[in-house]
Amino acid sequence: MTQATFSLATMAPAMPEIALVAMVSILLVADLFFKAHERYLTYVLSLVALVGTAVLCATTAGAGSIVTFQGMFVSDLLSQVLKVAMLLTVAATLVLSRSYLELRGLLTGEFLCLALFGALGMMVMISAHHFITLYLGLELMALSQYAMVALQRDSARATEAAMKYFVLGALSSGLLLYGMSMIYGGTGSLELSRVAQAIEGGGRNTLALFGLVFVVAGIAFKLGAAPFHMWIPDVYHGAATPATLIVGAAPKLAAFGFIMRLLATGLQGLLTDWQPMLVILTLASLAVGNIIAIAQANLKRMLAYSTIAHMGFVTLGILAGTETGYSAALFYVIVYALMTLGSFGMILLLSRAGFEAESLDDFRGLNQRSKWYAFVMLILMFSLAGIPPAAGFLAKLFVLQAAIDAGYTSLVVYAVLLSVVGAFYYLRIVRLMYMEEPVSEITLDPRAGTRWMLSITAIATLVLGLAPAPLVELCARAITASM
Amino acid sequence: MGWLSLAIWVPIAFGIAVLLVGSDRSAGATRWTALAGSILGLAVCIPLWTGFEPTAAMQFTENAPWIARFNVNYHLGVDGISMPFILLNSFMTVLVVIAHWEVVTQKVGQYLAAFLVMSGLINGVFASLDAIVFYVFFEAMLIPMFLIIGVWGGPNRVYAAVKFFLYTLLGSLLMLAAFIYLYQQTNGSFEILDFQKVPLPMTAQVLIFLAMFMSFAVKVPMWPVHTWLPDAHVEAPTGGSVILAAITLKIGGYGFARFNLPIAPDASHALAGFMIALSLIAVVYIGLVALVQSDMKKLIAYSSISHMGFVTLGLFMFNGEGALGALLQMVSHGFVSAALFLCVGVLYDRVHSRNIADYGGVANTMPVFAAFFVLFAMANTGLPGTSGFVGEFTVVLGTLKVSWWYAFLAASTLIWGAAYTLWMVKRVIYGAVANDHVAKLQDVGRRELVFLVLLAVAVLAMGIYPKPLSDVMNPSIQELLRHVAAGKAT
Repeated sequence: MTQATFSLATMAPAMPEIALVAMVSILLVADLFFKAHERYLTYVLSLVALVGTAVLCATTAGAGSIVTFQGMFVSDLLSQVLKVAMLLTVAATLVLSRSYLELRGLLTGEFLCLALFGALGMMVMISAHHFITLYLGLELMALSQYAMVALQRDSARATEAAMKYFVLGALSSGLLLYGMSMIYGGTGSLELSRVAQAIEGGGRNTLALFGLVFVVAGIAFKLGAAPFHMWIPDVYHGAATPATLIVGAAPKLAAFGFIMRLLATGLQGLLTDWQPMLVILTLASLAVGNIIAIAQANLKRMLAYSTIAHMGFVTLGILAGTETGYSAALFYVIVYALMTLGSFGMILLLSRAGFEAESLDDFRGLNQRSKWYAFVMLILMFSLAGIPPAAGFLAKLFVLQAAIDAGYTSLVVYAVLLSVVGAFYYLRIVRLMYMEEPVSEITLDPRAGTRWMLSITAIATLVLGLAPAPLVELCARAITASM
Repeated sequence: MGWLSLAIWVPIAFGIAVLLVGSDRSAGATRWTALAGSILGLAVCIPLWTGFEPTAAMQFTENAPWIARFNVNYHLGVDGISMPFILLNSFMTVLVVIAHWEVVTQKVGQYLAAFLVMSGLINGVFASLDAIVFYVFFEAMLIPMFLIIGVWGGPNRVYAAVKFFLYTLLGSLLMLAAFIYLYQQTNGSFEILDFQKVPLPMTAQVLIFLAMFMSFAVKVPMWPVHTWLPDAHVEAPTGGSVILAAITLKIGGYGFARFNLPIAPDASHALAGFMIALSLIAVVYIGLVALVQSDMKKLIAYSSISHMGFVTLGLFMFNGEGALGALLQMVSHGFVSAALFLCVGVLYDRVHSRNIADYGGVANTMPVFAAFFVLFAMANTGLPGTSGFVGEFTVVLGTLKVSWWYAFLAASTLIWGAAYTLWMVKRVIYGAVANDHVAKLQDVGRRELVFLVLLAVAVLAMGIYPKPLSDVMNPSIQELLRHVAAGKAT
């Protein structure tokens, strides 16, 4: 239902976005007037903005799915779930990064405002119902992130990472745009539901099919699925850890929303055409991610490859092409964001002024330095490896189940075998923490915020593993609402 | 909360409590808390034995939805096949806690917590009637075991721990895929009992059988996927070896009886020859391998593999004697292998060597210990009057009904078993005092006497009067055999 007239009512579904824009704009100006010792206010206000927007998203619930702005923008349960999860992830990222950024003089208004603009971009992406909105949201997010990676400008590694990220990101955006333009040519519309109608109605649409290939390539780039994964290890490794976390955690949620809008809403008619493409992405991601991760001595690089492997699981859920598959993938990305927060949070925890704790050896003997943080990391690693009772297991289970449902049994066996390979490198961290002597005796004394946030990620991982029913239900309802 | 839930969650709750409050400074309090937890864990299992009806039905059932959307239920229940193992496990946990007392001095809280949590998880494995709940317990068990071997083990512990973990993980993930497939076939049920009923074509049965075989064969362990076991046993601390040998190996045998046979009965018949061949190789070849070991723990580890060969052999005879013998052998082996590992632990704590060559004439300085050691060694060789005899003899009887040659090869273990066990006893216990270490040995203390006496009583009681145990098991075994004989191919 498209509303033709422009009124306050048409803008209501975009309330959270509008509120966030207002708050970022205020913050951008206010930051200039804060004195040096008042700078923490920017940080506090950013958190307020993020959490406040999340609350707005959660409470401004409309019935069913509301399409507004002449079909540009959609608000439904899926967008609500993804936005709340994404905003909280960004907020958690800021909490975890605070000490690290302060010690390096990076906790500036720019960093925080860019993080908020990135979050805004992701919100637009998640709620997009039109190719142009999708692209706008994507670029707002991406441009903020390029800048955040580059912000540590005296670090050659960060600059190189930002350069690579920008060039490859621009290339993938180009591919995406090219694909979208072809689909426009083939269907005569940029609005997702009209595109879907045109595809359902017409016969074989070669032009749209051709566009689809580019779109899928663009999506794979953004998601970090092999063979379009080349930027992931370099960017994860090169960027300052908070920027890695900004790039690595919340955008996966947004990318999932992006895929849902594009493939599931817009191009579901071409399901049988994009399924084989995702099969290839899954095959390649699982192999590349799990196998190359073994050879990494740097934890950030290792987690980067692990991301690629996990994205293989997400695409495995999506390629099932059923509601069960989509909701399994949604559950997976939410759990994945949680685990990423925790594992990169641990790197931030161990880092000190002038010292980056990103080598695997920095985790040696952690159990003797702090029983609790070693346990937190233990939970996260077993969760990433997919061992119950952590949530990572159920996430994998649901995806595998959806894939078998859709008849991809051999693909499931393949995924399962590579999971064993994956377990090896997660296990290595646990081994280092518990079975080796520590190299550093410096006691860990993090801020209360970091301490609580890390504990929350570990406990939430366990709780989601033991009592997953509410989130499973929510995911399933969100997907049903969006279809 | 039913008794089964208590049997699972009491040890886990105590484990978490010990983990949170336990520290090396207050090691005494930590130890007593853990002991209280393990005894309470055993106490809540006693009603399972006293209140057990000798029928094949699932008893003490509990059922609550867990993940409603996928029809996963927290469904517990036991029959005659699973109930004895819950008791065995809870009993062993008490022994392990007693055995660690003066031996483990570092990270006591974490050590005890790992064992208590593990004990609860193992009870969960035996009590689950829902495949996903089973799988969760089955896999979660790897975490404490990995830490037990890797943190408190011997010099090569890290290698052993990783090998143990990856071997078992590979097997169990394939089983998970089989579970999901069966979920499809039963139209959305993860109930193990529904899995057992659903008709399946032969090809599917064979694939399911093999997927589950991968999982349980690694656990048993069967030749040729047994190689993790000697490494893990040798490197694990005494308590770890006890739990591994006495309990986790039994999960493999239990898995065959609960999953492979009833879910894929026709495939079980078709692949029986394969299973029998692997079992006999384990019995004979691994028995010979045990003969040449110079490390006591390794010897007992190989002896375990050889004895577990009897379990799989008995199960795939498809007759009452074979299956009953297999289950009795599992319980008996639980007592005997635990006792032998604890005996080696007693020696190791004093001399810090597991090498047979470092001992000799221990009977001169430790007469009481020597008496117990010889008793358990005899039980290991299957001497009548000990528990070892009951299981092995019944399996051989069952085998004889099928083929004289199988029985002949299986019975040869009475020779190999006697050879490696008695030869070890001769070299360690008898003869002249070999060196200064042995001359300085102190006989067992009161604490050690407690677990040795408990185990000796168990071994003898089961050897002299196994009827209560077989009465519990028999109805379920008969039901299982009826089901397997009927088949369900489509």
